[in-house]
Amino acid sequence: MKKYTFTEKKDTRSGFGAGMHELGQKNPNVVALCADLVGSLKLEPFIKENPERFVQCGISEANMISVSAGLTIGGKIPFATTFANFATGRVYDQIRQSVAYSGKNVKICASHAGLTLGEDGATHQILEDIGMMKMLPGMTVINPCDYNQTKAATIAIADYEGPVYLRFGRPVIPIFTAADQVFEIGKAWMVSEGTDVSIFATGHMVWEAIQAGEQLEAEGISAEIINIHTIKPLDEEAILKSIAKTRCAVSAEEHNRIGGLGDSIAQVIVKNDLVPQEYVAVDDSFGESGTPAQLMEKYGLTAADIVAAAKRAIAKKK
Amino acid sequence: MEIEQLEKVAAQVRRDIVRMVHGCQSGHPGGSLGCTDLLVALYFERMKLKEEDGKPVFDMDGNGEDLFFLSNGHISPVLYSVLARKGYFPVPELATFRKLNSRLQGHPTPHEHLEGIRIASGSLGQGMSVAIGAALSKKLNKDDSLVYVLMGDGEQQEGQVWEAAMFAPHHKVDNLIAIIDLNGQQIDGPTAKVMDNRDLGAKYEAFGWEVMEVEEGNDMASVVKALYEAKSKAGHAKPIMILLRTGMGYGVDFMMGSHKWHGVAPNDEQLAAALAQLEESMGDY
Ligand SMILES: Cc1ncc(C[n+]2csc(CCOP(=O)(O)OP(=O)(O)O)c2C)c(N)n1
Repeated sequence: MKKYTFTEKKDTRSGFGAGMHELGQKNPNVVALCADLVGSLKLEPFIKENPERFVQCGISEANMISVSAGLTIGGKIPFATTFANFATGRVYDQIRQSVAYSGKNVKICASHAGLTLGEDGATHQILEDIGMMKMLPGMTVINPCDYNQTKAATIAIADYEGPVYLRFGRPVIPIFTAADQVFEIGKAWMVSEGTDVSIFATGHMVWEAIQAGEQLEAEGISAEIINIHTIKPLDEEAILKSIAKTRCAVSAEEHNRIGGLGDSIAQVIVKNDLVPQEYVAVDDSFGESGTPAQLMEKYGLTAADIVAAAKRAIAKKK
Repeated sequence: MEIEQLEKVAAQVRRDIVRMVHGCQSGHPGGSLGCTDLLVALYFERMKLKEEDGKPVFDMDGNGEDLFFLSNGHISPVLYSVLARKGYFPVPELATFRKLNSRLQGHPTPHEHLEGIRIASGSLGQGMSVAIGAALSKKLNKDDSLVYVLMGDGEQQEGQVWEAAMFAPHHKVDNLIAIIDLNGQQIDGPTAKVMDNRDLGAKYEAFGWEVMEVEEGNDMASVVKALYEAKSKAGHAKPIMILLRTGMGYGVDFMMGSHKWHGVAPNDEQLAAALAQLEESMGDY
């Protein structure tokens, strides 16, 4: 298995902040909006250099989304930012009508996604956002895996014309992807090649998948690990190529089992090439307060859970 | 209860608040401390609550008793402390705040069946609508008790608040007493700078509310007086709004007056400094 090491841990939201900082310098059409969470979204460097291109919306997310849609008329590229719960569920119809159905070039950038925001608890821990966003026709859905990838994705979506949902998180996690990577929307990233099982992981779960791959290797099992940073459009080709070789799949996401990455992959499998698939995801439940590590363990989102799922998938192979 | 006794309860609740957020190194002390006098006055003096043998008894419907809803759910520490000190659940349970497997979630929820909590809040802007519904339910039940709801001033920026603001006078929800914690602060700074609410009193008046402005929201006697005055205004075809001027972080000198302490926990030294200013009147958990 390809080895991954890290020297530093950072939060993916800081990768977003760094991407915005760079975009502020190179793309004069980029406008940032936020709903009373500037510090949490790491927007200070952007605001410092481009105060006229920052719009403080106050605690009014619905207004922010539709204002963003309006800003595109005239050529601006709005990045509407808040916590993932308030960026999606809270404003679903605004996104649906003003952004997706109207085909507006709005970038919805959401921090504190999933369980790992920790102590704030279930009201803030959205586990349904990938599902809601991917169901919107024309919406691109991206969930990068570390600081560098989040930064690269932030920069890349400014050059893409169309609505995007960019999902990232609060906790510090290892930085293991290249600082100079070019982010290709819709192109899965081969983390490590293998032959016995395909592990498709997104967001914070990619690092867990790498840990799982090493444990499996120690037990003589060769896992192929693929980072699906773009859940929509899904890289079907990469998925099919991998399962053609391994003949079984595991999906891993910090999201509800219903409606997330796993279901997207299952559709590809059912339609094209029937192989067993195991889910590593939250089992149709709300989250709760706790530390990120405690929650990932309680809700079954650790490397050990991926290892167990991989063994189950392998056992089901014909 | 005598004002002096209420003040003693408030001091203990403030101790609980800083200890709870210190214990899990997260949570929102600023707004909690600022609203302590209000919640103590409500639960220990003003509200008519169902009790048996001097102990409060909780049931979800709350028929025949006054109800309180916390719309700005992030100030859960003050609500949890007041509920525990009142006797709704064991005081030692406060130590589990925001920890794994606790009923004291970061934001209040009935999901874990904590006595005293009837609705989840935390996503801002929804509580007043819920309180209106509960007040309508009381009217349908011919139950003449009152419904209280507390919101933040930053929270007023949510559009849903104004849908509710229009609804309540239209439907003559005059058994509703809403309170806004007017501390002038929110996360990104002073409310006037982030998104100016301007004259909230004039706005609610224009929407058809009976508006009361209370300048001393951290003076127990003023708060109690205001709550009785509000009660006397109920039943006159208009919902009642109390604009309660408070100090964020009130009662702990270094937490006062700034949005810095909206959602930050004190370290060990800061905890000691805070506790030195607050009388342990009922015994720490
Ligand atoms: C819908 C929604 N948007 C954003 C947040 C994040 N948030 C939590 S508290 C807060 C500020 C609230 O300000 P205010 O109502 O004045 O309360 P205070 O800071 O005075 O306690 C924000 C933006 C939230 N909880 N809900």
